[in-house]
Amino acid sequence: MVNTSVNLCGITLQNPVIPASGTCGFGAELAEWYDLNLLGAISIKGTTLEPRFGNPTPRIAECPNGMLNSVGLQNPGVETVAAEEIPRLKKHYHQPIIANISGFSIDEYTACCERICNSVDLVELNISCPNVHNGGMAFGTSATEAARVVSAVRKVCSRPLVVKLTPNVTDITVIARACEEAGADGLTLINTLLGMRIDVMRRKPVLANKMGGFSGAAVFPIALRMIYQVHLACRIPIIGCGGVSSARDVIEMMMAGATAVQVGSENLRNPLACKEIIENLPLEMEKLHISDLKEFIGIIQ
Amino acid sequence: MIKHCKNTKKATKYCIFVSVMNKYLLNIISNSCVAKDVFRMELTGEIPALKCGSFVEIAVEGCYLRRPISVCASCEGHLTLVYKIVGEGTRKMSELSYGQKVDLIGGLGNGFSLSPLPAHPLLIGGGIGTAPLLQLATDLRAAGSTPLLLAGFNSASDIFLEKEFTDLCAQVIFTTLDGSRGIQGMVTEVLSSLHFDYFYACGPMPMLKAVSTAIPHPGQLSLEERMGCGFGICMGCSIQTAGGPKRICKEGPVFRKEELLW
Ligand SMILES: Cc1cc2nc3c(=O)[nH]c(=O)nc-3n(C[C@H](O)[C@H](O)[C@H](O)COP(=O)(O)OP(=O)(O)OC[C@H]3O[C@@H](n4cnc5c(N)ncnc54)[C@H](O)[C@@H]3O)c2cc1C
Ligand SMILES: Cc1cc2nc3c(=O)[nH]c(=O)nc-3n(C[C@H](O)[C@H](O)[C@H](O)COP(=O)(O)O)c2cc1C
Ligand code: FES
Repeated sequence: MVNTSVNLCGITLQNPVIPASGTCGFGAELAEWYDLNLLGAISIKGTTLEPRFGNPTPRIAECPNGMLNSVGLQNPGVETVAAEEIPRLKKHYHQPIIANISGFSIDEYTACCERICNSVDLVELNISCPNVHNGGMAFGTSATEAARVVSAVRKVCSRPLVVKLTPNVTDITVIARACEEAGADGLTLINTLLGMRIDVMRRKPVLANKMGGFSGAAVFPIALRMIYQVHLACRIPIIGCGGVSSARDVIEMMMAGATAVQVGSENLRNPLACKEIIENLPLEMEKLHISDLKEFIGIIQ
Repeated sequence: MIKHCKNTKKATKYCIFVSVMNKYLLNIISNSCVAKDVFRMELTGEIPALKCGSFVEIAVEGCYLRRPISVCASCEGHLTLVYKIVGEGTRKMSELSYGQKVDLIGGLGNGFSLSPLPAHPLLIGGGIGTAPLLQLATDLRAAGSTPLLLAGFNSASDIFLEKEFTDLCAQVIFTTLDGSRGIQGMVTEVLSSLHFDYFYACGPMPMLKAVSTAIPHPGQLSLEERMGCGFGICMGCSIQTAGGPKRICKEGPVFRKEELLW
């Protein structure tokens, strides 16, 4: 018997696999495919204070081994999420829930966090969405702005606070350290990379919003490198994210320094992705002679 | 012509639709060209009858995202897809042949609603959008209604499934932009001369908008959008409707005329 459990910010996860925010809705649609209780945790769709429709369509473009999205944080607003979506999820799901929150000002972030944090086990502060103007990523690309929003939210947050960082920066360790010093309990690395595609026949960008977030298998090495760098620079736990599509990817990310691992775009290609990864994890561990997964977190120096 | 459904009537009678989505690995029986750049793929395997107007998402080797394709005809154990080559994914699909397997998920989306059953529905197809109207025509017939088909194409060489529709519909009218077959022009030019009390439409957005504005009767329209997942988790395909934001892949692809804001 192998041990797949990990401890994330004081919370025990039965395994490190978490569907990433924006790629599992509020759980209901994935629950039509498998019993969500096999997951390590779930990170629900990015939530803002007010309801948002998001950007115009097309919002999806394909790339070699990946995709672009410019959804732009479509969600029904924190009130509905806290009052309806989370209770609905909890009816059938009894593992940890991570709320993913976004905002356009520090006040919005704190108000959103206050409304939702008591309903969930962990809060993921999204300061890295590339699809909304002067919100999201604007906070994630400056160390001082990142520190301001993290310390403000930290004061109102009753749960462990994990900050989700953008890879669209020159040195991610600078932002990561600023968040750690401002009181973050953990970090999620990475959100999407800003990308673009053009339909050469129509001579127009594929996405109505022109640019969008690049994700999927192609970004795995970039995510892995950033996790490795941040693991060496910070002491707080890291949730790895970006291009994960197999149990072996999960182990590789953990070796680079991730305590838990999120699976994003792969869920869109294969609704059973997380289930299959979780089922394969013990088999893969046996092949690699790993009996306790957490002992392998950050073994690469 | 739909050989696999040996008894089409019997098969449709058993179309008590299993709305549970699932992942299937089906065998290709045939995959052949039926009109210019249009292919018809016959699949067999363990799959229930899928609802008319619903769709499947096909995994294509070398393409990151699955490709949404409508159910053209379906009964237990069989699925017919008709698709047009427009890019890399559909080109790769057209290169598959007998004996190869296709990984797909379905049945996705709400599909067409047959209740209340219209007596004389008009089915309006624009190009490849005519494909899903075949299962709809089959189901309408089985339920006791007599559909008419009005299908618009660019040219005679684009027309497909003519015999199948002729067998099912009281009347089949084609329009072509170049006049090489049927009435020259667009489907909207023929509408006023037809007698019907309800409509179902599938085709390009400008056509859907035009018919929806031109027709005084109620109806249903099947929409299209670039999709991330096809089963409701990514919010990639949302539209604003009279009833708030809806996902084309989940609450759609079929919407009632009055729901659409254009
Ligand atoms: C619900 C639904 C049902 C459909 N049913 C059919 C059908 O029965 N027969 C048929 O021929 N086509 C159908 N289409 C359109 C079909 O999905 C696209 O033609 C196909 O995805 C193009 O893929 P490609 O790789 O050849 O093109 P590319 O342009 O290379 O594809 C690039 C990306 O854009 C997406 N894309 C391109 N065009 C469309 C489009 N028109 N709609 C949605 N996504 C698109 C692709 O899925 C892919 O992700 C349907 C679309 C939807 C949304
Ligand atoms: C369609 C889509 C929607 C997303 N929405 C969110 C979101 O609401 N909040 C967030 O923090 N990240 C969001 N992301 C980013 C993912 O959570 C993840 O960080 C990113 O896709 C990289 O992982 P992947 O390569 O496994 O997809 C979204 C990604 C996709 C593809
Ligand atoms: S395509 Fe993902 S929600 Fe519709």
